[in-house]
Amino acid sequence: MKVLKLFLTVIFILLFNMSPLVPIVHASGIIKIGSFLALTGPASFLGDPELKTLKMYIDQINSQGGVLGKKLELVYYDTAGHAKSAKDIVKRLIQKDRVDVIIGGSTSGTSLAVIDIVQARKIPFISLAGSIKIVQPVKKWVFKTPHTDRMAAAKIFEDMKKRHITRIALITGNGGFDKSGRAQCLDLAPRYGIKIVADESYGNADTDMTTQLTKIRATDAQAILNFGFGKAPAIVAKNVKQLGIRLPLYESHGVASKKFIALAGDAAEGIRLPAAALLVADKLPDSDPQKKVLLGYRNMYEAKYGPVSTFGGHAYDALFITVGAIRRAGCLDKAKIRDEIEKTKGFVGTGGIFNMSPEDHLGLGLDAFKMLEIRNGTWELI
Amino acid sequence: MLDQLIQFLITGITVGAAYALVGLGFAIIYNASDVVNFAQGEFVMIGAMSAISLIDMGIPYGVALAAAVAITVCVGLALEKFAIEQARDATVVSTIIITIGASIFLRGMALIVWGKDIYAMPPFSGEKPIHVGNATMLPQNIWVMAGTAASVLLVRYFFNRTATGKAILACSYNMKAASLVGINVRKMLLISYGLSAGLGALAGILIAPITYITYDSGVMLGLKGFSAAILGGMGNPMGAVAGGMLLGLLECIGAGFISSGYKDAIAFVVILMVLFFRPGGLFGSAQAERV
Repeated sequence: MKVLKLFLTVIFILLFNMSPLVPIVHASGIIKIGSFLALTGPASFLGDPELKTLKMYIDQINSQGGVLGKKLELVYYDTAGHAKSAKDIVKRLIQKDRVDVIIGGSTSGTSLAVIDIVQARKIPFISLAGSIKIVQPVKKWVFKTPHTDRMAAAKIFEDMKKRHITRIALITGNGGFDKSGRAQCLDLAPRYGIKIVADESYGNADTDMTTQLTKIRATDAQAILNFGFGKAPAIVAKNVKQLGIRLPLYESHGVASKKFIALAGDAAEGIRLPAAALLVADKLPDSDPQKKVLLGYRNMYEAKYGPVSTFGGHAYDALFITVGAIRRAGCLDKAKIRDEIEKTKGFVGTGGIFNMSPEDHLGLGLDAFKMLEIRNGTWELI
Repeated sequence: MLDQLIQFLITGITVGAAYALVGLGFAIIYNASDVVNFAQGEFVMIGAMSAISLIDMGIPYGVALAAAVAITVCVGLALEKFAIEQARDATVVSTIIITIGASIFLRGMALIVWGKDIYAMPPFSGEKPIHVGNATMLPQNIWVMAGTAASVLLVRYFFNRTATGKAILACSYNMKAASLVGINVRKMLLISYGLSAGLGALAGILIAPITYITYDSGVMLGLKGFSAAILGGMGNPMGAVAGGMLLGLLECIGAGFISSGYKDAIAFVVILMVLFFRPGGLFGSAQAERV
């Protein structure tokens, strides 16, 4: 019997992975922020900086007297990136922990999975995931802070148009990020007068992309657009150089990290990509309203945890949009908080300047992305 | 068109050579014990990761590569000693499941040691592309092909000419008879795991400069190597090599002339067709099912 109990406990922990990580205190005078993040698993590079950011700023807000005289409390669980556990966790956050708002959902899959629940339970939810489907069509209780792949594609096409590029070759991976990006590119290209003359794909674990690029070389494309993420874009960059292809190479915001430059080395030179302003905070002109916020966030994060990523920035934006909304609402009424989140105007965050409306639950414009070119192993604004 | 074809062939042979080395590792262990070792891909990853770490520590390039192979061989020997040998009375299926467990364990360990970062390895000799007509290849492509050819020849020599190699072959034909004529079956099994791990590590070191390595790189390479071994005929080491080459070429030519979206699908459809008409694989003996 004992063995059976132990076995069941272990199975339960393994299956649900829901050990409560924070003691739950039932007391008035507390604002509860619920969160479900991918702290382990393949998407933990998202969840980890998000949690660190939330913890750091909640401590800061509390040390400055909290919100409406109440302390903030973070109740969070690990989804490991699984949509199924995200659903269980959100039910638990609402029913058992009775949180006031939910910030979380590191991945698009986990965010989309809980939309039905938050809509039915009428609780404000700010997602930290990329997919545009989270807020389009608009759902009453659902908001998000990260820019979308559609915006990245639009930003790239805008730059191509400036350079009079009208025929491009598209090469994308087989992951969710790649596929969604590809769909947005195919959909948007005609609006910018751009024709996609090659549409190649590769497996994200593939070791070599010269075959696809050889095919692209045989077309009359004027530029190559690689919408990808992880190590594959670095291989693409190296293979382009190896094959001696001299077309301009565009990458997506998926490789906006120093790691990409380190991996691709010389092959990264001249590559253009859209990226969140956080990466180039130093290089922004002083007149840029985001500069102060970006440097503040980066310095505080780096002093405590080490190199900053844009993902933690999404959590920063979500937290301060929520705090601002609660302050304006003046109470913890969920419907009022929701209304105030929707009325967020001119909020300067790390992702851009947010102007939400009943039609737009993201509220970022194309200016949220900066177009960068890699020169001498670093990014330059163009 | 011809230039394109040459480029596809160069890429196909390079990719195929890596699959061939992994497939060879599968075939050797299968030969010695009828077990498919699903941790084979992890050997590739450990070899490459160790080499990169050692190079980063400032150890001379050649020494680092040799040490990385040695480390991986030790991992292979330890796997046999502490997991496979402990379960020597288990059925083949149970042993295969043990190797799956081992692969997850090794991947987990790699995650702890190296984290989720992507690692790059400097190439053996420069990155200046070599032109073959309009097609190009990197010096590393030649290293991969040459390294694979050399190790295939060595493995061939080992099995056909040395007493130890012949003893392992004897185990593969009939384990009981082999032990009756005085062959230490346990030792042979240990050697075959060590050899497989070494070949895996070599594959990892050869391809690491072309591609990049993460803690989970072994999964895909293991799967492709397994497909290569099946295609060539499980248990026939040279068949596994041919299978790997064929798989690499199929992928590249399929992606090049048909569609890159169906790259893997084309390769797998061909494998299924082959298995449909020749269940033992291209070069495998059609085995009579023991009832």
